[in-house]
Amino acid sequence: MQPDIVVIGGGTVGAAVAYGLAMRRQKVLLLDGDDGDFRAARANFGLVWLQGKGLDMPAYQALTRSSTELWRGFSDELEAESGIELFLEQNGGLAFCLGEEGLEKRRLDLLRLHNQRGGGEPDWEMLDRAALERLLPGVALGPKVAGASFGRRDGHANPLRLLAALHVALLRRGANVRHRARVNRIEPAGADFRLVLNGETLTAPRIVIAAGLGSSALARQVGLEVPLRPERGQVLVTERLARFLPLPASGLRQTDEGTIMIGATKDGHDFDVSTTTEAAASLSRKTTEIIPALAGVRLVRHWAGLRIMTPDSYPIYAESRSHPGAFVAICHSGVTLAAVHASLLAEAIAEGSLPDTFSPFHQRRFDVPQAA
Amino acid sequence: MTAPHTDLLIVGAGPAGMAAAVTACSHGLSVRVVDDQPAPGGQIWRAIETVASTPRLARLGQAYRAGADRARAFRSCGAVYEPQSELWQIEPGFRAFLTRDGQARSVTADAVILATGAQERPVPFPGWTLPGVLTVGAAQILLKTASTVPERPVWIAGCGPLPLLYMTQLLAAGGQIAGFLDTTPRGRASAALRHLPAGLRRAGELAKGLAWSLALRRAGIPIIRHVTDLRAEGDGRVERLRYRTEDGREGEVTAEVLLVHEGLVPSIHVPLALGCTVEWHPAQHCYVPLLDGWGETSQANLFVAGDGAGIGGAEAAEPRGRLAALRVATRLGKLDAVRAERAAKTERAALARALALRPFLDTLYGPRAQVFAPADETLVCRCEEVTAGALRARAVEGRPGPNQLKAFTRAGMGPCQGRQCGYTMAHIVAAAQNRKVEEVGFFRIRPPLKPVTLGELACLDQREPAA
Amino acid sequence: MFRKLHNPGSATVTIYIDGCAVTAEAGESIAAVMLRQPTGWSRTTSISQSPRAPYCMMGVCFECLVAVDGKGSLQGCLTPVRDGMRVTRQQGRRSLSA
Ligand SMILES: Cc1cc2nc3c(=O)[nH]c(=O)nc-3n(C[C@H](O)[C@H](O)[C@H](O)COP(=O)(O)OP(=O)(O)OC[C@H]3O[C@@H](n4cnc5c(N)ncnc54)[C@H](O)[C@@H]3O)c2cc1C
Ligand code: FES
Repeated sequence: MQPDIVVIGGGTVGAAVAYGLAMRRQKVLLLDGDDGDFRAARANFGLVWLQGKGLDMPAYQALTRSSTELWRGFSDELEAESGIELFLEQNGGLAFCLGEEGLEKRRLDLLRLHNQRGGGEPDWEMLDRAALERLLPGVALGPKVAGASFGRRDGHANPLRLLAALHVALLRRGANVRHRARVNRIEPAGADFRLVLNGETLTAPRIVIAAGLGSSALARQVGLEVPLRPERGQVLVTERLARFLPLPASGLRQTDEGTIMIGATKDGHDFDVSTTTEAAASLSRKTTEIIPALAGVRLVRHWAGLRIMTPDSYPIYAESRSHPGAFVAICHSGVTLAAVHASLLAEAIAEGSLPDTFSPFHQRRFDVPQAA
Repeated sequence: MTAPHTDLLIVGAGPAGMAAAVTACSHGLSVRVVDDQPAPGGQIWRAIETVASTPRLARLGQAYRAGADRARAFRSCGAVYEPQSELWQIEPGFRAFLTRDGQARSVTADAVILATGAQERPVPFPGWTLPGVLTVGAAQILLKTASTVPERPVWIAGCGPLPLLYMTQLLAAGGQIAGFLDTTPRGRASAALRHLPAGLRRAGELAKGLAWSLALRRAGIPIIRHVTDLRAEGDGRVERLRYRTEDGREGEVTAEVLLVHEGLVPSIHVPLALGCTVEWHPAQHCYVPLLDGWGETSQANLFVAGDGAGIGGAEAAEPRGRLAALRVATRLGKLDAVRAERAAKTERAALARALALRPFLDTLYGPRAQVFAPADETLVCRCEEVTAGALRARAVEGRPGPNQLKAFTRAGMGPCQGRQCGYTMAHIVAAAQNRKVEEVGFFRIRPPLKPVTLGELACLDQREPAA
Repeated sequence: MFRKLHNPGSATVTIYIDGCAVTAEAGESIAAVMLRQPTGWSRTTSISQSPRAPYCMMGVCFECLVAVDGKGSLQGCLTPVRDGMRVTRQQGRRSLSA
């Protein structure tokens, strides 16, 4: 099969774009890297989340909001396509606040974001301790918990099932998915692109670079300077427990499997996925301050993933000017944004160019030299 | 709170760990030995100190009795010994994290010897998760530590020295055997004989094996040979076994307890978690850490000794432990290199002697093909309840590696961290993708090496408690 | 499934499994005691609720998980009995209080 388009990177971003393209009758080839690669898609937390996001970038707040709105339909369609349940829940989400000052600070942060949004009903509210306890019957909160912010649009899904479902749906739609197919080089070949893999070359009329932290080197070869750096996030996951936490919280959620996910830290900017007991200790302590009964629960796995960070932390969606037909898609909230990636972004790429809604996310915002 | 420091930390108080501790102390190193068991001895000499003073000692055999002296020498060598302490993480440097009695803490050391031994090779077949199916090693531990034996005549399936040894020990203790389903494939004996000339250096061991077999035959134990397929059935516990042999003979028997064993594999989780290079051992069908002549891994000052270095038995474990200790003593300036080399010569000779029979045993008792290719309905991952069929189906689509497969199926994500499904998964991937198993790789191993509670972890947090 | 070969005499202790008093020998593991009980199983799995019992006795299979004196998911094969110990068989997923 000669593909219409090759997506480089089989993580949550690449797979969602590829899925959206395949649903639009594009002949898609998805190339994924090695088994041991840095994979944010396998390390992430699974929140479909809006509250607190997009400071100083209203376009990001808006993009995130529309993705959370699109997620239910995206999930229904993907579950039907793949036969894999994603366990999406969008009943709201919490950010626990310790101490009255913590609560007040959270309120001011969210207010600031709300003001930048320019109108509309707030999609969050502050809960004091009594209100929070009503929302979480059966959860004994630690004495320091003063309350929480509650985001109406927030939720969570199973990120590993999301990734598996995207891959299965792609295969069922006739796309080609290849693991252990690392792209080493991209060369222009007339209007097409030649992709050099270990021991073989492929050509493609169009490409999407969604290779996470591996994207900078590839994007440069098609004339796009994409500055990226890793940010380590360490996550803890416990044994399975009977369901007790009805809502996800930032940094603490109970999965559909019953395990508790805790995290993630932001600690370190190297290509280093080792974990530190220091981080496990500090995450455990914060968690047991919120829900003391978790002290008796066993940690089963502790891992570190690398977030894919741009200089301002917001996504990059761009088409190369020097090499039309070459796109990049990079972000660090690939689960939340999956619904947008599979619809609006895939649509635009299928049609051949990114509309204005995506222009705030062009990489050229980093090309402008800082005014002295 | 500063962590207590020793020159050397030894993990495991079996033959390798104890020998290493005695040698290291004799050269003036400060040594700490941690072990998850209540008493020294490791697998072979489990509960030796308790049993040594009872009449039960006699029925466990000569090799077991030898442990009493070793435990005594270890107790008096001057090492700090911490029983019932589980090691769950080591960070470079080295800082090791342990839990004892629900309390976590850390200790530091300049060098580490991992002497954590081996585990039995997982043998998945339909019904292996039913209560009543245990490993032969488990039954032997029950016999040594709890004087506990199967209530009724027991079925034993598998191959290797351990089932033979256990059966003789069980008979001596007054237990009863319903029958032995011998899974050694046809033709293995003659293939193994090629290795015999070298193995004759270990004529004593060979004679022991023959004596066990003879004792079983004399006792009139039914032996069914060349069993290829096995299945345990029952409602909530084992009630029946079905088996099939190489010539297609099938049988069904009633059973309450089935003990299985298909050899040992080194415990590699700690070296893997620490990023040590491992290599595939084709004769033993498992990974072993890459080690130099002293047992040092690819990570400086981190050693592996004993069965964790490759299955060699207790007699190989001891010289390996002493070699590692000699090297650590040299590194830390307690022993000059020339004297270390001289001492190493004796140990290497002992090691070579102890390993002489290995090629013979590895060939004779290498796992049958079915161990790695369980039927689709078989649970491969006991923790997450993932079947062979599910792994197979997913291994074909897109040809993922083991870590992608883990993410897709959750196999290997439970508390045992792939100790029971890792090799089976690797073989299923290899077969589905037509690759060699050693090219497929293994799960990435994450801390903690043993599940630790959030409360134990929280107590390690160094920050001042917020007011 | 299993039986003890000797009478522990003065080393006898009493532990409680789901509230029932059971005799054991000081120093042996909880898992060994569980295997001598007529019920056969010592936990049910958190996914399909299937019964399981100790399998490896050396700490590598995690089939022997039990709650002891209110602490959940301890490996029974690595935990020696103590007089008066209360052992609970875990059924399905643990609940947070246990
Ligand atoms: C179940 C079984 C039964 C066996 N029975 C016999 C027999 O009867 N006769 C015979 O000749 N050979 C037997 N063998 C082989 C024999 O035990 C080995 O050759 C020998 O014990 C190897 O010594 P070692 O010191 O390398 O390891 P081991 O004797 O296994 O000692 C390792 C020690 O480390 C401890 N440990 C492991 N991980 C950790 C951790 N994370 N934290 C703290 N401690 C830890 C273990 O509990 C153990 O006490 C048996 C092996 C097994 C697995
Ligand atoms: S019985 Fe296997 S871990 Fe306890």
